[in-house]
Amino acid sequence: MNEIGLTQVLIVSTILFFIGVYGFLTRRNMITMLMSIELILNSININFVAFNKYLYADKLDGTFFTIFIITIAAAEASVAIAIIIHLYRNLKSIDVDDADMMKF
Amino acid sequence: MSNYYIALIPLLPLATFVLLGLFGRKYLSGISGIIGTLSLLASTIISLVTAYNYFFITERVNGVFQPIIALKYTWLQFSANVSIDLGIMLDPISMMMIVVVTFVSLMVHIFSLGYMKGEERFATYYAFLSLFTFSMLGLVLSTNIFQIYMFWELVGVSSFLLIGYYFDKPSAVAASKKAFIVTRFADLGFLIGILILAYNAETLDFGILIERLTDATSPYLINSTASTLLGVSALTWGLVLVFLGGAGKSAMFPFHIWLPDAMEGPTPVSALIHAATMVVAGVFLVARLFPIFAFDVSALTVVTYVGVFSALFAAIIACTQTDIKRVLAYSTMSQIGYMMFSLGISHHGGENGLGYMASMFHLFTHAFFKSLLFLGAGAVIHLVHSNEMKDMGGLRKLMPITHITFLIACLAIAGIPPFAGFFSKEEILMAAFENNKLVYVVAVFTSGLTAFYMFRLYYSIFWSKQSHAHADHGEGTLTMKIPLIILGACALSVGFVPIASLVTSDGAALETHIDYIFSLTPVALAIAGILLATSLYKNENSKPQSIANGLGGFYTAAHKKFYMDELYLFITKNIIFNLIGKAAAWIDKTIVDGFMNLLADVTAEISNLIKGLQSGKLQHYAVYFFVGMIGFMLLFIYLWI
Amino acid sequence: MAVTARKIFRSAIYLLFSLIGIAALYFWMNVEFIAAVQIVVYVGGIVVLIIFSIFLTHDSSADMKKPNLISALFSAFAVSFACALVVLFITNHTFIPSSNAVIEPSVKNIGRQMLSTTEHGFMLPFEVVSMLLLAAMIGSIVIALKTKPKV
Repeated sequence: MNEIGLTQVLIVSTILFFIGVYGFLTRRNMITMLMSIELILNSININFVAFNKYLYADKLDGTFFTIFIITIAAAEASVAIAIIIHLYRNLKSIDVDDADMMKF
Repeated sequence: MSNYYIALIPLLPLATFVLLGLFGRKYLSGISGIIGTLSLLASTIISLVTAYNYFFITERVNGVFQPIIALKYTWLQFSANVSIDLGIMLDPISMMMIVVVTFVSLMVHIFSLGYMKGEERFATYYAFLSLFTFSMLGLVLSTNIFQIYMFWELVGVSSFLLIGYYFDKPSAVAASKKAFIVTRFADLGFLIGILILAYNAETLDFGILIERLTDATSPYLINSTASTLLGVSALTWGLVLVFLGGAGKSAMFPFHIWLPDAMEGPTPVSALIHAATMVVAGVFLVARLFPIFAFDVSALTVVTYVGVFSALFAAIIACTQTDIKRVLAYSTMSQIGYMMFSLGISHHGGENGLGYMASMFHLFTHAFFKSLLFLGAGAVIHLVHSNEMKDMGGLRKLMPITHITFLIACLAIAGIPPFAGFFSKEEILMAAFENNKLVYVVAVFTSGLTAFYMFRLYYSIFWSKQSHAHADHGEGTLTMKIPLIILGACALSVGFVPIASLVTSDGAALETHIDYIFSLTPVALAIAGILLATSLYKNENSKPQSIANGLGGFYTAAHKKFYMDELYLFITKNIIFNLIGKAAAWIDKTIVDGFMNLLADVTAEISNLIKGLQSGKLQHYAVYFFVGMIGFMLLFIYLWI
Repeated sequence: MAVTARKIFRSAIYLLFSLIGIAALYFWMNVEFIAAVQIVVYVGGIVVLIIFSIFLTHDSSADMKKPNLISALFSAFAVSFACALVVLFITNHTFIPSSNAVIEPSVKNIGRQMLSTTEHGFMLPFEVVSMLLLAAMIGSIVIALKTKPKV
């Protein structure tokens, strides 16, 4: 188990995180942005679990945090979908560049 | 005795100005004339008492009058030595001046009760008169050269307000502007002169200034004569520039152009300001600084020649004018020229100070008969409703009192004994004869001309042709006649006041005697002038016209006041406006405004660029956030730990 | 590939596979409970939700627009830079494991801890998250409600 080691897991989660960030910054479609956000959140979960297992094996805090994060991600995804649907009704498109009404 | 009551002399008119200025129009317009006159009466009485105390009761030291500083209050301290004080100085010339100013002002106030009756802005008129009286009194009582400058400007402002009193007449407005601008321009020279003198002597106080700059051994004098600019010492520059300021106010050539136009104001104003008081401020200034002037011969020479030239110049023009007030204006300029050159040829101290004493004496007598002339002219204008000689004539039956008093004044100014002008003119001519023969010759010739044009004026108004003026309201009210009578009596009697023992260049009494042989020449010339005027003007005939045609071009030039106004207009329009004004306007519009606009445009451009950051696109914001986060991360990790 | 796929549906499926992969990672780290929760909630719930919304709002067979080239390059550069930075930190840091007794992350232990109010108890966050879920549910219904025109 420890031959894999904490560092490697962390590197995996970091790469996942930054892939998610790249997707968030680049995608034109709102729903794909949402998917990138889910990727980011998952990478965070991996981080928590890894730290919990390797560094703080006497506590379960990391596990709990992960549970909560999953829960919150679910809630947030549902609200986000609701907003996107509402926006789609007004703008007839889910291109994120069309929602630029809050400019100067 | 407590000296605080002396401060009432200028302060009473000031209080009247404030009262009438604020409340006069609305609440007090009926009685504003009475208020003004009464307060000035009080001021006159106090000044007479003060002068009497000073001249006859206060002890002289070694027979010399001492200047007394009655009140002094340090206002602005520039350095340990130099400060602007406000104070009241009692000294022979200031005492004489306050008597003259308050008395003539009182006469004018009484006269205006009748003359300006029915004016809508009656209260404003009296307010301005009080302001003027206050400024003039402050001017003559000044202890400090800067204080005199402040009151100088105040007098200029009052004159501006009073000349432009009929502000709906464009000619009056133009005249008041002209007066103010010309005198202001001369005052620029005055200010520079003050600065030069103050810098060299390190003081602004008159007494100390005179003391430092007349002592041949004082370091201040040596410094100021040592430093030169264009070969002329700093002291001379300072004095000449100060004299320029005085020349502007006193309408000496070439700053005289405002005085004839200033006749647009009401006639009592002309009597007060442009005959007796403001225009002599320049003479007063030179007299005040006279010890320093006497030290510096070149400055004094400038004073002499400017004075004598103005006297002759004005006399020639006065012979050709047809507006009676203009004739009187040029006559004033001529008489002030007399006072100036009399100061110019004088020396300081003892017998040599005759010119100084004569000049002050002439100032004193001139105030009375010139204001009488103006008030008489005012009465005539009030009757005839016109200023031109051609509308007058044969008025001696309609206006007897005015006629007699006007005749007295004309005889006085012509220098016929025993009227006042004779005595003062004698002293001047005697001083001129002793010191500078050329000036004497010109002065005698000018006095002949004076007699001629004054009697031309007299005959044209009161004799000549039959008047077609209908006496719709008689000669004038009682308030208009009383000052004429009082001033007439003064014109007869003030020649006998022993000024020589009171006002001299060094304070000691001067013995004078009338040299009858000497005075024969000028009196004879004066009588010749009168006879010439009688033959030409007493009855209407064509001799004047033929003489005028005979003199041809010279007559036309004199009639057009030697084209001085046209010359000034040419200079200002073509040279100043085109060369300086246009360039300055271009710099202002293009460079200054352009720079401001450039700043504004650059700011707008930058803000437009920054505006683009608020694109409203979520992903842009996310990018900024992310990049900022990386930046902070780098910052904190590498720079702070 | 989830982030770069051109067709949206495929992108969703790629996401699905990524999430399953992460679940596998959890299994490998012996936290079976989390892995199970991940599969049930994420894969069975959220991805399904996303696919539904794709159907509701988009013509799912058409291609999506390409991103702006400059911004793509810039963000790729920034992201790789940041990634390199963080990886650098991780590799240079020494992690010190704690030396206390190991506690098994079994379901029994998790349940006991979640509902205990003493130390290491997660009662309070548990309740708060429940409230949050309630609020989110109501919120999404309200936001997505089609307002009927008043008759």
